[in-house]
Amino acid sequence: MADAEFERVRAAQAERNAAGKKGGRDTQRKNDTKASMTSNFDTELYGNDSGDKFAGYNTSIATADEDDAMAIDAEDAESGKLVGQYTATSAQMNEWTTGDAAEADILDSREKQAQIANRETDYQKRRFQRNLNEETEGQTYREAMQERELQREEERVKRAIEDKRKETIAKGDDEEMTGVEQHQATLKDGSAGEGATQAVVEEDGQPKPRARKRRWDSSEEPTANGEAAAAEGASANGGTATKRSRWDSAAAPDGEARKSKWDVAPGTNGATQSTTPATPVQPIVGFGTEVSSRNAALSDEELDAMLPCEGFKILTPPPGYEPLRAPVRRLAPPATPVNTGGFMMQQPVDARSMGKQLPSDIPGVGDLQFFKTEDMTYFSKLVDGADENELSVEDLKQRKIMRLLLKVKNGTPPMRKTALRQLTDNARHFGAGPLFDQILPLLMEKSLEDQERHLLVKVIDRVLYKLDELVRPYVHKILVVIEPLLIDQDYYARVEGREIISNLSKAAGLAHMISTMRPDIDHVDEYVRNTTARAFAVVASALGIPTLLPFLKAVCKSKKSWQARHTGVKIVQQIPILMGCAVLPHLRGLVDCIGENLNDEQPKVRTVTSLALGALAEASHPYGIESFDDILNPLWTGARKQRGKGLAGYLKAVGYIIPLMDEEYSNYYTSQIMEILLREFATPDEEMKKVVLKVVSQCSGTSGVHPGFLKDTVLPDFFKNFWVRRMALDKRNYKSVVETTVDLANKVGCAAIMKQIVPNLRDESEAYRKMTVETIEKVLSSLGSADLDHRLAEQLVDGIVYAFQEQSVEDIVMLNGFGTVAVSLGERIKEYLPQIYTTILVRLNNKSATVRQQAADLISQLAPVMRQCNEDALMGRLGGVLYEYLGEEYPEVLGSILGAMRSIVSVVGISSMQPPIKDLLPRLTPILRNRHEKVQENTIDLVGRIADRGPESVNAREWMRICFELLDMLKAHKKGIRRAANNTFGFIAKAIGPQDVLATLLNNLRVAERQSRVCTAVAIGIVAETCAPFTVLPALMNEYRVPELNVQNGVLKSLSFLFEYIGEMAKDYVYAVVPLLEDALIDRDQVHRQTAASVVKHVALGVVGLGCEDAMLHLLNLLWPNLFETSPHVIDRVIEAIDAIRLSVGTGPVMNYVWAGLFHPARKVRTPYWRLYNDAYVQSADAMVPYYPPVEDEKMKRHELMIVL
Amino acid sequence: MADKLRTQQQLESLQNKYIGTGHADTTKHEWLSNIARDSYSSYQGHPSLLSYMAIGMGKCEERVRAECMEKMVLPVGPKPEVEQG
Repeated sequence: MADAEFERVRAAQAERNAAGKKGGRDTQRKNDTKASMTSNFDTELYGNDSGDKFAGYNTSIATADEDDAMAIDAEDAESGKLVGQYTATSAQMNEWTTGDAAEADILDSREKQAQIANRETDYQKRRFQRNLNEETEGQTYREAMQERELQREEERVKRAIEDKRKETIAKGDDEEMTGVEQHQATLKDGSAGEGATQAVVEEDGQPKPRARKRRWDSSEEPTANGEAAAAEGASANGGTATKRSRWDSAAAPDGEARKSKWDVAPGTNGATQSTTPATPVQPIVGFGTEVSSRNAALSDEELDAMLPCEGFKILTPPPGYEPLRAPVRRLAPPATPVNTGGFMMQQPVDARSMGKQLPSDIPGVGDLQFFKTEDMTYFSKLVDGADENELSVEDLKQRKIMRLLLKVKNGTPPMRKTALRQLTDNARHFGAGPLFDQILPLLMEKSLEDQERHLLVKVIDRVLYKLDELVRPYVHKILVVIEPLLIDQDYYARVEGREIISNLSKAAGLAHMISTMRPDIDHVDEYVRNTTARAFAVVASALGIPTLLPFLKAVCKSKKSWQARHTGVKIVQQIPILMGCAVLPHLRGLVDCIGENLNDEQPKVRTVTSLALGALAEASHPYGIESFDDILNPLWTGARKQRGKGLAGYLKAVGYIIPLMDEEYSNYYTSQIMEILLREFATPDEEMKKVVLKVVSQCSGTSGVHPGFLKDTVLPDFFKNFWVRRMALDKRNYKSVVETTVDLANKVGCAAIMKQIVPNLRDESEAYRKMTVETIEKVLSSLGSADLDHRLAEQLVDGIVYAFQEQSVEDIVMLNGFGTVAVSLGERIKEYLPQIYTTILVRLNNKSATVRQQAADLISQLAPVMRQCNEDALMGRLGGVLYEYLGEEYPEVLGSILGAMRSIVSVVGISSMQPPIKDLLPRLTPILRNRHEKVQENTIDLVGRIADRGPESVNAREWMRICFELLDMLKAHKKGIRRAANNTFGFIAKAIGPQDVLATLLNNLRVAERQSRVCTAVAIGIVAETCAPFTVLPALMNEYRVPELNVQNGVLKSLSFLFEYIGEMAKDYVYAVVPLLEDALIDRDQVHRQTAASVVKHVALGVVGLGCEDAMLHLLNLLWPNLFETSPHVIDRVIEAIDAIRLSVGTGPVMNYVWAGLFHPARKVRTPYWRLYNDAYVQSADAMVPYYPPVEDEKMKRHELMIVL
Repeated sequence: MADKLRTQQQLESLQNKYIGTGHADTTKHEWLSNIARDSYSSYQGHPSLLSYMAIGMGKCEERVRAECMEKMVLPVGPKPEVEQG
């Protein structure tokens, strides 16, 4: 074949590659540039391996906000503890809590793990404490507010009582306080029962006088009783002392009765108890009246029998002691056998194992996928066998809903679908009440699984649309159930929750949403406030910030309770988190809204305000500094006054605001804050460390901060405090130190940083070395190594080789670090190459597979540098060594070795490769049979490269052998492998001529496997493209005569790919293939016509404007009757083909076909014609105008078009 | 069934985007108004065509354009009364 022909083909390919419309673009087909071998060859498929592929995703969110987590510690800090948190890890602490937990976990049944409740944190589990029946349907806003008021009162009184009791206990003047109670750690200054009170204190947060609790410190007068304490607390709380509720009087006697700490049930604290609006004293369940005797307390006789009688004494319970009993939670009795005394076999209660006892077939529902014990509680009505004829309409409706819900929740996918549609369609008929009364309790079930929750939430979503304003009475109930989704770990659950709440707010309207959620804003429970704030933010994003702003302003300035202010600010914090830069138009309003709260008397409000400002600044980056003008001063001065957790919030806000400023301001404000930052460098607090590091990197990123300033003031302290071994041990610290160091390096330059950290490469701690290598890698890859002097470079190479050799666990960080150092040093590394070479050789010989793999990977990274240093001889030797290791048995290692070989080939070129290609390729042929993906990928790449660049080095017979092996590769799962194999067919065909390759491929069309056939068709297309169509078409069309469906379809498919690839070249072949297409388009087989239609499409698109209209019109005539196909695949292809022909013959002629059917009496005819009309209208409406049919009616004539000059 | 639903949805979204598209139940009147409106907007959109028409009608170009624009309101008269159906 002539070279000119080749050039044309190549030009066409290049064009196609550039257009890249089929996703079939690949770099392998370019000869002129050499590919990089440090990165993946096919970046489109494998991605460029730099950076992790989840970058940009939100991998986790904090469920509780930092300021709440902080609050507890803040109390610590204020209580004067100097030492931070030196404590065991939670894993260590929980080691013994569950006994042999590890084994139990494995045995834990799968459905247990699937249950949402089992994955939740304690904080998230607090959702179960919210009571659905808390509020009645008709509750007005006033009633709700009163109830909240009552709850707060109750909470406050309880706390007062608690405080008082603590005080008396600590004083030790309680007469019962003998024995055990004396053993209180005196070291824990002033917090005898801190663990228990902490939650309470957190709720309160009032700066109250610290109780002196040492017994010798009894100068203080004990407070009289609960009443007085309550009054005191009330006045401190904002002057509501005059307001008395019944809780005061109810609680007061308790206070007088001097309750001892026996009254507190272990494990419950005041804060959590308070949310259940139960009576203050639990009803005491009489002995034996419990549902199951197994849950009853042990009797004295039983205890006598169990415990030894000698050496023990029975103590009398302290006076006033009343045992607490757990309330009966579940209405349905647990499925446990009644204890009859004596030995009993444990009976399994697993729902799956007792499947027979549970019905899987509910009357009127059909066969379900599963049915759990818990479901019985909700759906038992369906199996009670009541006569449907005797039931009232309401009951029937209820059962109908129940059945549908059960189908949705537990049914098979088709059942689910129809049930969901019925629920949606009949939503208004069922009414909001009956629907939500059944859906919402289901969502509160503890054993709920992800899938069930998803489905139920979906039901709510659909039903909401239909019900619209009818949902109003149920808004709060829905919120109670949906709000927890907003703090779920699962991203999708959060999105679902958001969607529901935003739909809800659109349905119910802003006014109603506000009046429903207002009472929760200063709810006693922090959990409720947190979720409400998030829900409000969703409402704001759904209905627009401006509409909500007046309300937010009012809440943030609430005089009544600090909780309301806190929640208000938190709403403002959540809005930018949710909406991102969409807050910009309303930034001023939002900042003004919370600005004053920076000077709030409550530390928690101040903290959350600073966090909210930070969130706003982060979202509006890089705009909007003018909106923050008013708060800059309070923020900076405030930061000077704060300590501990409060300061962390302020610093965070500062860190986000500084990047918004212009140069001058940022310089000034940075210098103002730097003093505090430097002071906090030495903090022992992990949280603070992270914040400080973040702020430092944000400051160093702004243009106003001078390198000199950073070098002089920041760097010394920074290295002293953060570049220590301890920082490398904690993953999160490690990350932030690396990031900050890189950011600093970007400002102050490479050398200043490298001088400090390069010596750490020889440190004895491996984690520390790793941290150093990672930092060096990042710094060098962004800044290069130009300003490293010879000494430092030597130290660097020496250190990195040491660190590489000394790693105990092979780490990608070390490998990449080595590669980056070598690449950035370039020719300066030449003198060390022999040393590196021996290291690699030794490690290639290592017993451990991972070491060998890493060594091979290192060769791939170093190859271009060796080339740069003119070390071709060294690479030749390495090639020889690698060649010997081709017998490697571990596929991972073999893959890496092939990869190394590939990079050497690509830098030294085919001709000068050692060992010579003619030796190498025969060794690769058997490796092609290896089924491991990494091996396949690397061999096919190597073989493809050889076929592309130096096919003459191997004889044709060998290439044919490779062709046969390649056919198997067409079955590979990975698309990249299949693609590389297809391209290799093209190269081989070019090298040895298409005849033999084509014969092989055509034979492969007969195989049964579909994927293989499709890939073969693609390969034929590629061969036709590389070797010009006329070499392939005759054989291909001849193959169509084989009376076998698969083959004929394969031929059509190949034609389709062929015409897609050759594009405009098709004009020479149109008339040749028309007879074949004629035959195919009138075939009985649908698939035949479908594939033929796709051929027509590609031909037609190829010959637009090239004068083949007659052939196209002929094909259109054959295509047109297929319009009435109903199978979606066929009809789609046919429509596409008609569209393509419309392009090539023009709109007018094709529209003449369409007018005929637009108003046909039969709908079946009209429908597809309108589809065609719509497509034409969307694609070329203007071109249709001249061709609209003439209408006789006088009014509808287009006179303008009749004008003739 | 599902496909039907999906095509229905696709058609609806298409119709939201392009008013001129139709479906099997489009009446002749609707379609005629649409094509008339499209024609008028097309005349206005092609300056050379517009000036050709203006010369032919003996009016100035702007006037022809304004007329085209005005005719786009109820281009083929009001909706016909629906006979008892």
